[in-house]
Amino acid sequence: MPKITVPLGPQHPALKEPGNFMLILEGEEIVDATLRLGYNHRGIETAAESRNFVQATYLIERVCGICSHAHATCYVTNVEHIAGLEVPKRAQAIRVVVGELERIHSHLLWLGVAAHEIGFDTLFMYSWRDREHVMDALETISGNRVHYSMNTIGGVRRDISKEDLDEILKKLSVLEERTKYYIKLATQEPTLHARTKGVGMLPTKEALKRDACGPLARASAIARDVRKDDPSLVYNQLDFKVITSDSCDVFGRLYVRVFEILESVKILRQVLPYLPEGPIAVKTPPKIPAGEWVTRYEAPRGEDVHYVKSDGGTNPARVKVRAPTLANFESVAYMLKGDQLADAPLIIAAIDPCFSCTDRATLVRGGSSNVELMKDLRTRAIEYYKKKGIDFSKVS
Amino acid sequence: MKSIRKQVAAWARTSSPWAIHFNSGSCNGCDIETVASLTPRFDVERFGVMLHGTPRHADILIVTGAISKQQQDRLLRIYNQMSNPKFVVAVGACAAGGGVLQGCYGVLGGVDKLIPVDLYVPGCPPRPEALIDGIVKLLGGIKGGK
Ligand code: SF4
Repeated sequence: MPKITVPLGPQHPALKEPGNFMLILEGEEIVDATLRLGYNHRGIETAAESRNFVQATYLIERVCGICSHAHATCYVTNVEHIAGLEVPKRAQAIRVVVGELERIHSHLLWLGVAAHEIGFDTLFMYSWRDREHVMDALETISGNRVHYSMNTIGGVRRDISKEDLDEILKKLSVLEERTKYYIKLATQEPTLHARTKGVGMLPTKEALKRDACGPLARASAIARDVRKDDPSLVYNQLDFKVITSDSCDVFGRLYVRVFEILESVKILRQVLPYLPEGPIAVKTPPKIPAGEWVTRYEAPRGEDVHYVKSDGGTNPARVKVRAPTLANFESVAYMLKGDQLADAPLIIAAIDPCFSCTDRATLVRGGSSNVELMKDLRTRAIEYYKKKGIDFSKVS
Repeated sequence: MKSIRKQVAAWARTSSPWAIHFNSGSCNGCDIETVASLTPRFDVERFGVMLHGTPRHADILIVTGAISKQQQDRLLRIYNQMSNPKFVVAVGACAAGGGVLQGCYGVLGGVDKLIPVDLYVPGCPPRPEALIDGIVKLLGGIKGGK
């Protein structure tokens, strides 16, 4: 049978963001897939170098509109470490509150998008309706629905009052109820099973080899969660489970995400009523002493890594963002192989891709003596991974 | 006679405008709020607006985000594929003039650098209510023959 190539994207109804997948088909079956990224590359890292440390916080937040708090938290944690600031306990707890609310909103959003991809629009409408409760809670806390701008260097910008607290706790009960309904749906609805079970398989071995992270890794039975492995903020004092599934398919990813919503509700119940007393921020000097730091944070999509370097001035000398989606893309290319064309949008959606997070630098700058072009870096990376048994040469 | 034809056309246009959503390099914030405006709490379909996948069926182009240099040709192509009359709505501060991303090396700027814009909805991101208000204003403008 002749092979045909079907491009998916950059503008495609199934993709909410620009990315390009070249699917090579034999009949209905996908035999190979390559992907092309970079349509959303804006140059935020370079721009951050021309802002001062505080301005850069709000720029970095706009790397992504869905996990904006994760990015901002990662960035400010770096700067606080370099400057040697002690963040008040109350601020840390508020960061956890916003972070977990963000996780719930992101997972409900994903549930809707995934349902839409399998043609189950009723579920899409349901989950987005319930998501509005979280959006309300976030709005009560921060004053905005999407970019909360809660973080500032040395703490948070707004406090949570007693009345707001009660209101949010009430909303959590509604959410919990609805999540239980989704769990029932996910475990009993035959149409959902038919479209998700056995689709987009990623065995544990392959997931490990490809360094998958977040719900994708957890759905392949890898209990990897930065909140447990490398706890920051107040996560080490909290009681929550890392949800995993060993089904290794899209259903597993659905399962992990729905149960994670319940875990997040559990975390919020442990933090919200017991917010430590005290100030919400400490004063920050405009100039940050020279130094560098790397922080990891569990964003809704997986491990988010940020690097900040300061040379003692008012602006960061270098900011680097490694978003979770980038780590998961190699797995997508693997999962697409052997599946049906009709399942491609669902498999891509199953990792909850975020292209605006992913599309980062094209040029890596070292000192003047060792300027390294992306081209060379790429060749080196391909060779490195070849030794591990993965072929990255087709990813452009 | 001509005016009746015009009236009928305006009625048809304002009763079921179909929209296409194009992400030209947005941070996703504007996108999720655009999608949220379709969902039960806001429900923009009350005004006959439906989101469609193909530019050939669409009357309104909803653009989110500042135009990244990689996306500019694609945006032009999508715009040219739409049949007349077509309307462009720029959603968010980025689409209006670059927003926080103004001056980034990978960013061209606001949508009006490339294609004519009929309506700007400001905000970072604008609330779904603001987006709906914008679309209703646009429909009012179309009805008035503007
Ligand atoms: S206006 Fe704000 S929310 Fe919209 S794309 Fe720009 S940064 Fe994101």
